[in-house]
Formats: sequence, C-alpha cells, structure tokens
Amino acid sequence: MARIEFNEVAHSYLKNPKGDADYALKRIHNAWEDGGAYALLGPSGCGKTTLLNIISGLVNPSKGKVLYDGREVAGLSPEKRNIAQVFQFPVLYDTMTVFDNLAFPLRNRGTAKAEVEKRVREVAEILDLTHFLNQRAAGLAADAKQKISLGRGLVRSNVAAILFDEPLTVIDPHLKWHLRRKLKEIHEQLKLTLIYVTHDQVEALTFADKVVVMYEGEIVQTGTPEDLFENPEHTFVGYFIGSPGMNFLPCKIDGNMARIDGAKIPLDEKTAVMARNVREKLELGIRPMYLEVTPFAVENGVPVQIVLIEDQGSHKIVSVKLAGQLVRAVVPEDKPVPEGKAWIVFPQQKIKLFADKRLLKSEGATL
Amino acid sequence: MNKWENNKAWFFLIPVLIFVCFSAIIPLMTVVNYSVQDILAPGKTVFVGTEWYRIMLRDPRLHEALWRQFLFSGLVLLIEMPLGVLIALAMPKKGWGVSFCLVTLALPLLIPWNTIGTIWMIFVRPDIGLFGAAINEWLGIAFDHTRKPLDAWITLMFMEVWHWTPLVALLAYAGLRAIPEVYYQAAKIDGASSWATFLYIQLPKMRGVLTIALLLRFMDSFLIYAEPFVLTGGGPGNATTFLSIYLVKLATGQFDVGPAGAFSLIYFLIILVLCFIFYQVLQNVGKGAKT
Repeated sequence: MARIEFNEVAHSYLKNPKGDADYALKRIHNAWEDGGAYALLGPSGCGKTTLLNIISGLVNPSKGKVLYDGREVAGLSPEKRNIAQVFQFPVLYDTMTVFDNLAFPLRNRGTAKAEVEKRVREVAEILDLTHFLNQRAAGLAADAKQKISLGRGLVRSNVAAILFDEPLTVIDPHLKWHLRRKLKEIHEQLKLTLIYVTHDQVEALTFADKVVVMYEGEIVQTGTPEDLFENPEHTFVGYFIGSPGMNFLPCKIDGNMARIDGAKIPLDEKTAVMARNVREKLELGIRPMYLEVTPFAVENGVPVQIVLIEDQGSHKIVSVKLAGQLVRAVVPEDKPVPEGKAWIVFPQQKIKLFADKRLLKSEGATL
Repeated sequence: MNKWENNKAWFFLIPVLIFVCFSAIIPLMTVVNYSVQDILAPGKTVFVGTEWYRIMLRDPRLHEALWRQFLFSGLVLLIEMPLGVLIALAMPKKGWGVSFCLVTLALPLLIPWNTIGTIWMIFVRPDIGLFGAAINEWLGIAFDHTRKPLDAWITLMFMEVWHWTPLVALLAYAGLRAIPEVYYQAAKIDGASSWATFLYIQLPKMRGVLTIALLLRFMDSFLIYAEPFVLTGGGPGNATTFLSIYLVKLATGQFDVGPAGAFSLIYFLIILVLCFIFYQVLQNVGKGAKT
C-alpha cells in the first residue's frame, strides 16, 4: 500500500508537443492518500485512462514526477510498482481455467502453492466464482469474465493500489450495483488504495470517498460527493454532476443584483461585493432542484415562460425560458406546475457565481 | 400450410450447381469412371469393379511414395510453423520496417512454382550453381543433389522452407497484430514473463490463423509436384518420387488411367481425412471444460 503523488505531471502522446492542446494531461498535481477509495470522473477523452496508465507505469509521462510514498518510480515497470489494474474489457487467459487465471499473478511472483490456493479461494468466494473454478475461462458470460479480471486485481494482498478503468462497462445494470457494493466491502475490509475511473457520475459518487473530476486533461476539483454537488469549483463540475446539471446564466452585476438580459436576480451582500471587482466573464450557477416555480408573482420572483415539462415519475423537470436563456428546474411530483407564464425564485444562499468558469470564493480571491 | 408446394426459390441454386458440376463433380466422376474400368483400347472397356483399388493399395511403390510424402510434409510443418511464428514475433511493429519486411517476405510467394524449381536447380548445381559450386569447391563438401538422395532432400527442404515459410510468417504476423494492446498491458500488470505472455496470450490468440496456415501448408506440401519435378524429376532413383509425381508417371507416362484413377481417389481421401482431423484437433485443443 502506498501514498501516490503526482508532481507537476504532464503527458503528450506526440513526440514534439507544441501548445496546450497537444497534451492529453496538462500539469496534474495531486496526491492519492494511502487506503483511500477514489473515483476519477470525467467525460470520454478527458485523460482519465492516461492518468491511470501513468500511475501503473504502462505509460511514462512526458514531464513531472510520480512518487510512491515519496519515492520516485519513473521507469519502474508495473510489476515493480506492485500495482493491480483492471481494464474496461475483460482480459482473460483463454486456455487456462478460472483457478489458473486467478492464480496467474501470484504464480508469476513465485508465491508458495498453499498461499496461492488460499488466496484464490478467498477471492473466488468474494466474487462468487467458487463453482466456476475448474472451468475454462473462455466459455463464461461477460460478467463472469470481468469478475475474473477483477479477481486477478484483488488476488495479491500487498499491492500498492488497485486501479480500475471503467471496469463495469460490460456488466448488466443489476450486477453493476452488486459488484460495486462488493468493491466497497473489499475496500472496507482490506483498506487498499482504490482508484476507480468512470464517466458515470452515479458510479463515482456511490463508490468513492473522494471524487476527482477531470476535464480536458486537468483535474478541476477533488472532493466528497457532497462538495461536488453543493460547491462545484468549475462550471464543468456543476454541469457534469447532478441530473440535470447546474444551470448557468451569463450575467452582469448591478448593485446587489445580477442582471441576466432584462431580468434581475437579487444576490446576498457578500457575493455581490465579490462579484463587483471581477473583470472576467461572469456566470450565475444554480442547481435545478433549488429553483422554486410558482404560478403567481412573488417577491424576488422572475417571470418566465414554461417551455417543456418532463415527468420523471419521482419528480418533474421543468424547462423555462428566462429572458432568452433556457433554465431547468426540478419540481416535486406532487406540486402542480403552471402552464404558460410562471415565476421562479432563486434562493440567495444557493446561487454560485463563476468568473471565467471558476467559482468565486468568499476569500475574496478569484480562483 | 405446406412450404414445399410453391417454393421455386431453389431454382436460384442452379447456377452454383452447374458451376460445381463442371469444376468438381464431373471431373471427379470421370476419375471414378476410369478407376473401375480396364481400358484396353479406345471404345474397348471392361468393367473391373474394385480390382484397381486392390492392386494399388498393395503396390509397394505407392507405399514408398506415401511414406516419403508423410515424411516430407511432416518435416515441412515441423520446420515452417515454428520458424514462421518466430519470424512474425521478430518483425517490427511499426515504422517503415513493417512494409519492408512484408514485401521482402512476400517475394518468394510471387514466383511461379516451376520457376522456383528452376531457380534452385541452377542455384545448387555442383558445377555452376552459386551454392553448389561454393560448398563443393571452397568448403570441400561433395554436394550433388542429382546423385545423392540426402542431398536431393536437403535441397528440396531448403527450397520448400524458403518458398513457403513467408506464408506462415505473414499469417502469424496478422494474428499477432490483431491482439489488443490491453492483453499485453494486463500481462505486464500480472508480472508475466515474455515466455508466459507468448504461451498464454500470443499463441492462443493466433490459434485461428495458425490453423489456416497449418491446413494450407499441409495440403500444399502433400500435393507438391512442380518443384521436385523440375529439380530432380523424382530422383535420384525414386528418392524424391512423391505421390503426385508417381501419379503423373502412372497416368500420363504409362497411360494406366485405371490404376491412376484409383490412386487419385485414395490420395484425395487421405488428404480429406487428415485435414478433417487437423481441423478438429486444433479447434478443440484447449477448449471446453477441464474436469
């Protein structure tokens, strides 16, 4: 087990990278604490897999240092780093039985026979593979195959970390939930460092203690699921986390008001003061679930036009037009939604302001 | 509801049937026809039943040719299959070297078979051939493929390996390139040695292409005719008289079309059965439940 640290790591797949755009990873500076369960969350192509492969040593970064417990590991093979990695699609040794597949990483390291037997049986027990053990791995269903891949990752007890690269892509939804819980259980039992790459926010938020959100080769925020939801530090986080994502409205500050085209939205004193000094492009962000939709004019309400109501069963998603901007609000199932004209209220404490896509923080500094 | 009544769709099969008739069934039936008759003169034939088959199956020259043929094909496969895989493993994976290797490897495959025989016949001639003269005069080894059976065999094996190993190598290379990178990554993570990677990833993943290579090489080497015919004409003595050479001697040399017809069918059956066995074994090895 180890604490894994990235010191100004950047990576480009090109030989002579020129601008920022040539880098798959741009200046990553981050640490993964020993024993933590982390999720790396981001859209496809944001550099998650590259980052993972740099941790495991399959890819050597163009710049920067990777440290394991403070020791630099540049040039060390994955085997030397003692990393386990599970890939997106099941990787099996077709000609071997399930038992031999699971035993393979141990046997390659010359583990004693009795220990191999013991570890394989334990892991098979955890993953419900016990009654397949003597079968050929090739003939099994996709989820059993992926469980074997997972098993090969878990079978070594002393690994520095286990890395998962979207391991549940090929698994049926109900099994996904089950396997995710298994992983969580394993984490609680063994206290291994787990880093789990996914583009599925539900997966990331349920699996991890800490979620690392990546966007275009950068880490934009690291935090607990609650942090990410309540205090997104980057508009991308607000947009990516939560369904539907945060609303963003370009605005200008006018006294204690945020002006969105014609509409005026009152801000609290502190936010307004911060925002007045900002030169960059300002955006007002608000979670759809915090918006209130009322059929009549209220104090601080902004008149809007209802465009679309989507009934999701447990709640309704209401799309409204606010001075040319589309805004989405989540309304409880039992609350009636007016047709045509309505008013929405922006609760002041839930309003976030973003300057050039970064959250304005109360410390006064713009990030 | 009876689907048979008005179903005229099978008429669509007629072109294929006609084609197969002319390409396979009619020639084969001609051979069957010859094999059960004794043709004394044109228009004067006697039905002899299975007599030619019985005679051919007991023919000692056919037995010799058959064992020679098995030995030849066996050696060819033993050398070409591992060698082809080794070449494929050693080939570069990207860059200009790939095209260079592929073109160089493919060259022997582009040369007509009797030309191959001619090239090698001249190449190994003890008096003027580059190879033959070189080892006779400079190394002092008396090498003569026209007089010594072993030398004839060595020449033939070299020629066959030179000619056909590239095919195995190309197929194996295609198989290797089709293995997703993630298998190699997983092997690295699992700490597999390169030998283990070869044994448990590369070889099993190449099973399909190697099966094809094996079948092609077996069939072709079992049917070999033009190269030994040009190189040695089946000699010295009968040392390189393989089945096809003996067959041609019977059929067009002596005009014994009856025995030759029976021989052809026996030859055909041997290849069919062996290919079936190879295919079944290769498809099933390492599959199914191990209990």
